Amino acid sequence: MHDMSAPVVHHHAPPTGFIRKYVFSLDHKVIGEQYYALALVAVYIGLVLSWIMRIHLAWPGFAIPGVQYLSKTGAPGGVLTPEYYLQLMTMHGTVMVFFVLTTAPFAGFGNYFLPIQVGAEDMPFPHLNMMSFWVTCVAFLVALSAFFVPQGPPLSGWTAYAPLSALGQIAGPGQGTGQVLWAVSIAIFCVGQLLGSLNFISTTLDMRCKGMSLMRMPLTVWAWFITSCIGLTAFAVLMPACILLIMDHVAGTSFFVPSGLVVNDQLQTHSGGSTLLWQHLFWFFGHPEVYIAIVPAVGVVSHVLVTNLRRPLLSARVLVYSMVAIAFLSYMVYGHHMFVSGMNPFSSIAFSFPTLVITIPATIIVLIWIGSLYGSRLRINTASLFALGFISMFVSGGISGFFLAQPSLDVMLHATYFVVGHFHLVMAVAALFGIFAGTYFWFSKVTGRMMNETLGKIHFWITFVGAYCIFMPFHYLGMAGNVRRYQAFVDDFMGPLMPVHKFITIAALITGAAQIVFLYNLIHSRFWGKLASQNPWEGTSLEWSIPSPPPFDNFGGKIPVVYHDPYQYGVDADGKDYVMQDSPEQVVSARDEK
Amino acid sequence: MAKFFALTIIIIAIASAVPIVMHIWEPPVDISTHGPLIDAQMSETMVEAGICFLAAQLILAAFIWRFSNRAKGEKIKSFPGGARALVLAAVVIVGIEVLALGVFGTKAWASIYFTPPSANALPIQVQAGQFAFYFRYPGPDGTFGPLHPEMINESTENFFGLDTTHDQDSKDDVVTAELAVPVNREIHLLMHAKDVGHSFFVRELRIQQDFVPGLDLSVHFTPTKIGRYEILCTQLCGLGHYNMKAYLEVKSQEDFDQWLKQQAALQ
Repeated sequence: MHDMSAPVVHHHAPPTGFIRKYVFSLDHKVIGEQYYALALVAVYIGLVLSWIMRIHLAWPGFAIPGVQYLSKTGAPGGVLTPEYYLQLMTMHGTVMVFFVLTTAPFAGFGNYFLPIQVGAEDMPFPHLNMMSFWVTCVAFLVALSAFFVPQGPPLSGWTAYAPLSALGQIAGPGQGTGQVLWAVSIAIFCVGQLLGSLNFISTTLDMRCKGMSLMRMPLTVWAWFITSCIGLTAFAVLMPACILLIMDHVAGTSFFVPSGLVVNDQLQTHSGGSTLLWQHLFWFFGHPEVYIAIVPAVGVVSHVLVTNLRRPLLSARVLVYSMVAIAFLSYMVYGHHMFVSGMNPFSSIAFSFPTLVITIPATIIVLIWIGSLYGSRLRINTASLFALGFISMFVSGGISGFFLAQPSLDVMLHATYFVVGHFHLVMAVAALFGIFAGTYFWFSKVTGRMMNETLGKIHFWITFVGAYCIFMPFHYLGMAGNVRRYQAFVDDFMGPLMPVHKFITIAALITGAAQIVFLYNLIHSRFWGKLASQNPWEGTSLEWSIPSPPPFDNFGGKIPVVYHDPYQYGVDADGKDYVMQDSPEQVVSARDEK
Repeated sequence: MAKFFALTIIIIAIASAVPIVMHIWEPPVDISTHGPLIDAQMSETMVEAGICFLAAQLILAAFIWRFSNRAKGEKIKSFPGGARALVLAAVVIVGIEVLALGVFGTKAWASIYFTPPSANALPIQVQAGQFAFYFRYPGPDGTFGPLHPEMINESTENFFGLDTTHDQDSKDDVVTAELAVPVNREIHLLMHAKDVGHSFFVRELRIQQDFVPGLDLSVHFTPTKIGRYEILCTQLCGLGHYNMKAYLEVKSQEDFDQWLKQQAALQ
């Protein structure tokens, strides 16, 4: 379907002054970079937290140098107390899921590239966009502030199950102020994401240039669009849930606390609340949230992969439909986090079927990628390595989902390291690989310089092998019965599993160190990297038709007209094997979406 | 580099499968009547997952090997059947497989949850609280006395909040820190939480069930082997979560009767 009408464009003047250019910027590109920078800070915080946790697990009682400065009571002499392990674990999950995985692939890359890839000068609501970043920034600072209140951050996990999270300080260290700060931070974060989603949706629907029909949008745009639709509904549920939780702490309500609870021999005065209500609200958000983390990465990987295959995907349309199917199904599966939670066991069966069915679109996506690899002219560079590595990781992580989707097997695997292995492979590793692929791919467009390929490949190899060394063994630990969220392993059967934990910790430290190579490459290349041509990867989508870095209004005042879909590779066009979307040149191609 | 990458994927895929195939880290031997269904489901799923995992990784590696560094004249080829064949494969093969797992797996789940406990199941109450499990047996009258949460007192060891002065039914209740049960007898566990969420997990029994504050939940099972098994809390409940455990002692009927008599004398 053609969309031949161009939107009304209001040209704005270039920004002036340091504050307007770099701080409170209305430019979607700067906002995208700001989100990416926030995610970068967050990921290194999350990484250090994971190191502390892993060292403590493998060598309990070991004095980790420096941690005593984070909390004198939580880690006296550098040795973690049981509660502080849980507090660090809670913040690790919170920082990584919200401030890295929801931020970088979606808000980071999406803000930068969505308008460019649809041929727009900016998003329709630049002020809301600016607010969305700064609101997210405030949320991040509020979350981090939990480290510095007297009892420290909450210990209830990133999932904050009630009533542990709702009873207040009496339930444990950090459950008073720390938990309230956590809930406030997440509620504020939801606002930021809602604002961002509004912009993404309206840009995609209303700001496409002439000729840019929906089916001619790059897969990245589809992925960001679908993600923002999910985000709008998911965050809209999490925010009130957090507000209700805050009210249980400060307003004397009992949304999540039933009557008759006794903590420390004191009968609690709460009454009327439902413990399971928190789980339903949280997971109604929580499951779509993991698709918010992975769908942008699926889009980026598709985009990076096809550019390096030098031929169109077998069917980009099928990929779009599969992503839509995953988004649709994502609302029906959330109860698989609650199979043994005490909800009606019939509900468990009901939730397990869509969970199994969601395998189908996920498989279709992987098969389309692998099928497109067949007969291609694969180019190997750091970006394509991470894209291919994503496929491997996504398969590994996805297959452990076969087990967890079945309630009868969840009886043995729930709350074990099997679950931790599963979600780390799909979220932490696969989504992160999507971020890395996008970074190596688009760095030259954002900065005008190339990232160093040698350092990139070193980063890739250590991360790929290292991530498997860390997270594959988690599955074996889980099958043997290793329970998660334990600060120490005192069970009789854990003795023979301790060497596995030591192996994992060493792998984690090495793999983590490789991320410093990435950071060095990022910073060094930004200032001293080899100057890049406008289209070093010979890409077809609109971002490659503009200078690197792009001018403030993306297209220099001249909005493009699009004649082709973004995957016209493997054609014969004047000595080139590709034709750009905005090229009026007619070429013979396998299929050209209208 | 592409061929090296392909090889790495193959090595990692095979290395990942080795511990599973060699049964290096495994769940312990099952001691329940419903366990075999779960274990069979697990094996079935493992075989199917294993085949999918190896096939996907090996084909990915093979294609990376074959289609990188291609010679200049080599044409671009389309996968035979194109997208349609792959969609059909996904829908049919994967679809049938996962639905089959779902349908047959329901039987294992049903054996735990959809069949009610039999009339002569031994009822035992379990209370989970920060950070210990306590168990209550109904005593010779076969009835549990009412609970009074406001009377819970750790220092006087009134863990359940029983009023043995005024409640007749509570007088003969037996409260223990250990869950002892007679072998080959159906047990009906009546579960409630004192403070926050907890969970009851016995690997050998193939049972895991959360305690939900505000809800009275139950599970039933029949233990088939005498022995001592760990009960683990698997729902994050606070700083002592890692250390919250108890023991399930499966005894012969005579040993169990004797134990219960001894525990009753200690009340």
